[in-house]
Amino acid sequence: MPSRRFQREGRGLPPELEEMRLHIVELGKSYGLDFFETNFLMCNWEEINMLAAYEGFPVRYPHWRWGMEYLRMQKSYEFGLHKIYEMVINTNPSYAYLLDNNLIVDQKLVMAHVLGHVDFFKNNVWFAPTNRRMLDTMANHATRIRRIMDRHGQSEVEAFIDLCLSLDNLIDPYAEHIRRHRQFSEEQIEAAESDVEVARIPAKDYMDPHINPPKFLEAQRQKKLDDLMKMKSVPEEPQRDVLKFLLDHAPLARWQYDCLQIVRDEAYYFAPQAKTKIMNEGWATFWHTRLMTDHILDESEVIDYCDHHSGTVAQQPGQLNPYKMGVELFRDIQMRWSTGRHGKEWLDCDDATIKREWDTGAGAEIGLEKVFEVRRTHNDVTFLDTFLTEDFCRRQGFFTTKYDPRSRQWIINTREFRAVKKQMLQTLAQRGTPRAYVVDANHGNRQELRLNHRHDGLDIKLEWASTVLGNLAALWSRPVHLETMVDGKPVMLTHDGSEMKQRELDTQADEAEAVA
Amino acid sequence: MLNIDQDLSRFKDIVKGRVRKDLRKYMSSSEMIGKQGKELVSIPIHQVGIPRLRYGKNENGIGQGDGEEGEGAGQPGEGQQAGDQPGEHLLEVEFTVDELAQILGEELELPRIEPKGSQESDAANARYKGITRQGPESLRHGKRTYKQALKRSIASGAFNPNKPVVVPIKDDRRYRHYVVEKEPRSACVVVYMMDVSGSMGREQKEIVRSEVFWIDTWLRHHYEGFEARFIIHDAAAREVDRDTFFRTRESGGTLISSAYKLCAEIIDKDYPSSDWNIYPFHFSDGDNATRSDTRTCLEIVKNKLLPVANQFSYAQVESVYGSGQFIKDLRGEFEGDEAVVLSRIPDRDAIMDSIKELLGKGR
Repeated sequence: MPSRRFQREGRGLPPELEEMRLHIVELGKSYGLDFFETNFLMCNWEEINMLAAYEGFPVRYPHWRWGMEYLRMQKSYEFGLHKIYEMVINTNPSYAYLLDNNLIVDQKLVMAHVLGHVDFFKNNVWFAPTNRRMLDTMANHATRIRRIMDRHGQSEVEAFIDLCLSLDNLIDPYAEHIRRHRQFSEEQIEAAESDVEVARIPAKDYMDPHINPPKFLEAQRQKKLDDLMKMKSVPEEPQRDVLKFLLDHAPLARWQYDCLQIVRDEAYYFAPQAKTKIMNEGWATFWHTRLMTDHILDESEVIDYCDHHSGTVAQQPGQLNPYKMGVELFRDIQMRWSTGRHGKEWLDCDDATIKREWDTGAGAEIGLEKVFEVRRTHNDVTFLDTFLTEDFCRRQGFFTTKYDPRSRQWIINTREFRAVKKQMLQTLAQRGTPRAYVVDANHGNRQELRLNHRHDGLDIKLEWASTVLGNLAALWSRPVHLETMVDGKPVMLTHDGSEMKQRELDTQADEAEAVA
Repeated sequence: MLNIDQDLSRFKDIVKGRVRKDLRKYMSSSEMIGKQGKELVSIPIHQVGIPRLRYGKNENGIGQGDGEEGEGAGQPGEGQQAGDQPGEHLLEVEFTVDELAQILGEELELPRIEPKGSQESDAANARYKGITRQGPESLRHGKRTYKQALKRSIASGAFNPNKPVVVPIKDDRRYRHYVVEKEPRSACVVVYMMDVSGSMGREQKEIVRSEVFWIDTWLRHHYEGFEARFIIHDAAAREVDRDTFFRTRESGGTLISSAYKLCAEIIDKDYPSSDWNIYPFHFSDGDNATRSDTRTCLEIVKNKLLPVANQFSYAQVESVYGSGQFIKDLRGEFEGDEAVVLSRIPDRDAIMDSIKELLGKGR
């Protein structure tokens, strides 16, 4: 157990911090925070950089990208560009790392902040399916990959992992919440096969063409045939979890299967964190400010606290800070629900003076209840979509930017609410992955893999797509196709394992081909 | 003690391979020169990125703060950055100049270099090579002393294998002894000449400076006793210091012979060819003012420079104004002469190739 070893080396909290920890935990509980047991470990900056490079886990499988991240953190720490104050992992019990040369006040702040995160991990619904024993799982992954590397050579295995990693965002972020995959049994398919004729309603001869119109019968027959085709095709319906599909159907060697599975497991583990960055940081910041200013700080620490806290929520000119954005929105929600500023009556009211004084006297209890509910059910996109109001937007001074080629700089485009909100949601959505689905594993009856990108207004990055498709083709060992749009025109990208070709799709001709 | 050390060295190996391959791309980045004063060069390299299926670039971004519509939003490229995941953005890998020179050095050399220079000079090196029976205690050779003591105790029969205690006495002591060796020094001097006439635009000068910077950095790293002289010229030539060479902006006509004359004078005065390896480098857009001046140039190169120089190098930058005639004239005159090396630099990306042409190994 890596965690045990880590603890034994004298990483436990010194007595005064341990005392603080107990105090902060009690305070957190008294406010209704509900977190896993959290172990705090003291680390020096090299260790904390290493842990950060390993995404918080002390043991990961060998891979150059950890080294790359580590180098980056080391350099930026040496040049004073950043400093990692806190790191916490989503496990039960949870582990958080404290930098050993931080000020005491910083350690308190970090502990309060961390408890916010752990509460979020435990209660937010998007984290519900994550593996809470990931510490052990990661260490197991490391052992498995090391073993595979011993057998097959580091370079070969690493190259294969790189290949898998380039596909690791092609997963279905909702897979754990919705049951999508319907399997048809052989019997069902056989039954459907023997039942392709459309039943006729008994009728007299002269009435028959009217009661059983041949056109309709033909259409019904066709529909049945289509359904049958669908039942027999692989996948039965478009599948977004490309990695799962490859695991199930790609011709992989045993060790390749293992590697791909490990990469997929880890991708699913980290997926919710990317989806809740603003909320998670906002929630932790919300609570550390609350706990610190209400209870924990003593007078001598106020300046240092303010200094650090302002650093956390600092707003670079023109940039968005997820900590700030999240905490302000949570506070706004609390304020609105405490004073009843929501619902039909509030929305229907046009009078600015009344609105300014609006208070239904719902009380702080209701407000707090609401933020707890929000932290349970939302992710970043729904959070902003639901709670970003025009009023809030104006107070925060949000704007959209665009690149001005003449002055060669980014300029403020507009402060209009709708535009800002749209842009904000779009930006969030773009951080995500373009939605690509496996639609056919036997394209053109040549065992070629066809994927469909559901285009939502933004083109994919073609030079990367080329590499990604190449990697897919390598795994699938047959050519791979991706339908997408480029500059508003439907195109088919085809990678045959050596190069990618781009072909404009003539929709009708291709439909004809598909039917044939 | 950190587990990550293996991953780190793995990554460094990859980067070194990468840098070699993609070096041309970074070399042309002029910001490298900008940071040179601090002994640190910041090379923006693409993080060894794992390409994933991603959205293309976004023309709009989001911001927060004061400002009127249409005003600058503060930061360059935030709109793009917003679309990035951690791990996909540009990574600044910092190399010291020395590290870079090392990387360059694996592919380059000063061609035709010969051992020259004053044999009696400070190049003499003291090395510990011998052993003596007398010497200062600080130079005592433990292993040899012990060996000697062991020999003696076995010979005298005092050695007991079950209790192998060996105590050296004064006679056993052995000391390191140094021998002074004279090393032949390869003293070399490089004369950089740059055309700063009106036809050399900003871009051309920038290219020349990048190239000179890298050649100079590399030579400094690899050759001891290396000296550099800098000449800039338009219609007249003058010698400048390194700093001015990298900064100056001038304009005017072009008489290349002026630079060659000055170069020949400098060599004649300060660098006797018996003691020095001499490498004149000339950079120009090849647009000389008159045919007669070109003839003068060829004569100077032939009669004054080539007899003393190990190699004469000329690199021509492509320019919209210049005729680019000069390189053809040189080629016509010195075709087949190994001591004359010519190179063309069509654009920034070609700087690396050009350096290899001038200093490449095995040529």
